Amino acid sequence: MLQIDHISKTFNPGTITEKTALSGLSLHLPPGDFVTVIGGNGAGKSTLMNSIAGTFLVDNGSITIDGQNITKWPEHRRAKYIGRVFQDPMMGTAAGMMIEENLAIASRRGRTPSLRWSAPESNRTHFRELLASLDLGLENRLESKVGLLSGGQRQALTLLMATMANPKLLLLDEHTAALDPKTAEQVLRITTNIVESRHLTTLMITHNMRDALRCGNRLIMMHDGRIIIDISGEEKKHLTVKNLLQMFEKAAGSEMDNDSLLLS
Amino acid sequence: MDLIIPTISQGLLWSILAIGVYLTFRVLDIADLTVEGSFPLGAAVAASMLVKGSDPFTAIVLAAIAGMLAGVVTGLLTTKLKIPALLAGILTMIALYSVNLRIMGKANLSLLQADTIFSRFSWISEEKQFVVLGVGFAVVLLISLLNYWFFGTEIGAAIRATGFNPHMIRANGVNTDVTVILGLLLSNGLVAVSGALVGQSNGFADVGMGVGTIVIGLASVIIGEVLFGTRSFWNCLLSVILGSIVYRIVIAVVLELGMPPNDLKLFTAILVALALAMPLIQSKMKSRKAVR
Ligand SMILES: Nc1ncnc2c1ncn2[C@@H]1O[C@H](COP(=O)(O)OP(=O)(O)OP(=O)(O)O)[C@@H](O)[C@H]1O
Ligand SMILES: [Mg+2]
Repeated sequence: MLQIDHISKTFNPGTITEKTALSGLSLHLPPGDFVTVIGGNGAGKSTLMNSIAGTFLVDNGSITIDGQNITKWPEHRRAKYIGRVFQDPMMGTAAGMMIEENLAIASRRGRTPSLRWSAPESNRTHFRELLASLDLGLENRLESKVGLLSGGQRQALTLLMATMANPKLLLLDEHTAALDPKTAEQVLRITTNIVESRHLTTLMITHNMRDALRCGNRLIMMHDGRIIIDISGEEKKHLTVKNLLQMFEKAAGSEMDNDSLLLS
Repeated sequence: MDLIIPTISQGLLWSILAIGVYLTFRVLDIADLTVEGSFPLGAAVAASMLVKGSDPFTAIVLAAIAGMLAGVVTGLLTTKLKIPALLAGILTMIALYSVNLRIMGKANLSLLQADTIFSRFSWISEEKQFVVLGVGFAVVLLISLLNYWFFGTEIGAAIRATGFNPHMIRANGVNTDVTVILGLLLSNGLVAVSGALVGQSNGFADVGMGVGTIVIGLASVIIGEVLFGTRSFWNCLLSVILGSIVYRIVIAVVLELGMPPNDLKLFTAILVALALAMPLIQSKMKSRKAVR
């Protein structure tokens, strides 16, 4: 489904702030893979996601989704294939528009907007059902402005929006990190429900090792713009935080220096 | 008291400019100074056509198209060349000053002898003030309905979402360069129509008539929002129109009270500065109360 070959990205090349965030990274995701991504601060996780989503173009290498080479495509064009949830709950929705209007926009992701009415009444039953599946009581608030929702509600709504037009790939960048533990747990549960029930090919960045271990069928760890650990299947099921730390030290040749990764 | 009808009429004609400013300032979240050039552009195009004996409807449509082109220029400068929107608007505005002079051939064009939209509708009433009121009302109604329809469509929703959150709408597959350019196009098209109508009602077009129009537009938008609310898009449109009328009434009143007309722009600027600072002032007052 997703084929990444030797991509590199250097920010501010030729200046003192030059930073190579991805160096020759390759990754192949078969359809239905649910991959959790971990790694220390600055490892290049977000850069990887932004490269896939087209926030910027990579310097080298190629990115292919479902046989389509999208390496040079602008962000909005890739959106046809990619659903995204950001870390910041503000990023994924238009706060000043109603829930209904946000859902309507997401329901036609990747299709050029026309002069048809944006949020016809006929959508409402469908939207209500979708919202009811979140179990957050949003199904009766179609006409509320999204700005009035809590962070967790907004993230759950963004998740719904990212997945409603059947993306070929779902990208989640620490989408529970800004939430309190209880809400984070709730949003994560909604996430695994949606991803697993619909077999969505998914990349999920997390700082929480426990979440990385218990979600998905595959785990990759990044360090210095490369993938240093890639574990899937049975091996992943039996993995523990302690194993992971040992593997990291062996692969990266240094001690795990990142407290936030250990905390969990 | 005999000023009330002309004041409301002026408010209506200028409210089309205010709607244009609302589209950029509030909907797209851009302060677009192109307005200061596209307003006299509309007047210049319409006036130079009317002087040649052209049909007033054609003249206004052409004025609108000229304004739209001006908006597209600003849009291209800011999206394709990445020039900050404020600066892009200033560049177009300055360029339009020369363009407007070229279109008119001189700095001021009188329309006293020409057939205008208002002389076409002189059957409405014997008194010109009622003609302007009637025509103004009809045009504003038509423009409001068109805007309401357009911003309810998929394209309109995409433009509104661009103003609220460009990340979100890009992640949903919309090219924000296109929506920004479209928004600026519509806005400046409306502003030019406003210029064309104001020019015809005043009886002349002048290269200097754009000075301060952005502030007048902002004043109308803010006054309207504060007095009449922002619950829905329709409510916002109505507020902006009423805001424009209230602004004209305020100006008429302060002039009546003896303020020299030359001080008008200073007065308007202070009014807008105060209104823009309102949220900050309010929160300061609240926190002071909370301390006590
Ligand atoms: N737009 C940018 N301009 C310049 N440098 C950048 C940019 N984005 C990322 N970087 C740099 O690239 C490196 C990788 O950043 P990235 O955001 O991908 O890390 P990350 O793995 O997501 O880290 P975190 O866990 O802190 O989110 C960092 O050194 C960062 O400073
Ligand atoms: Mg990151």
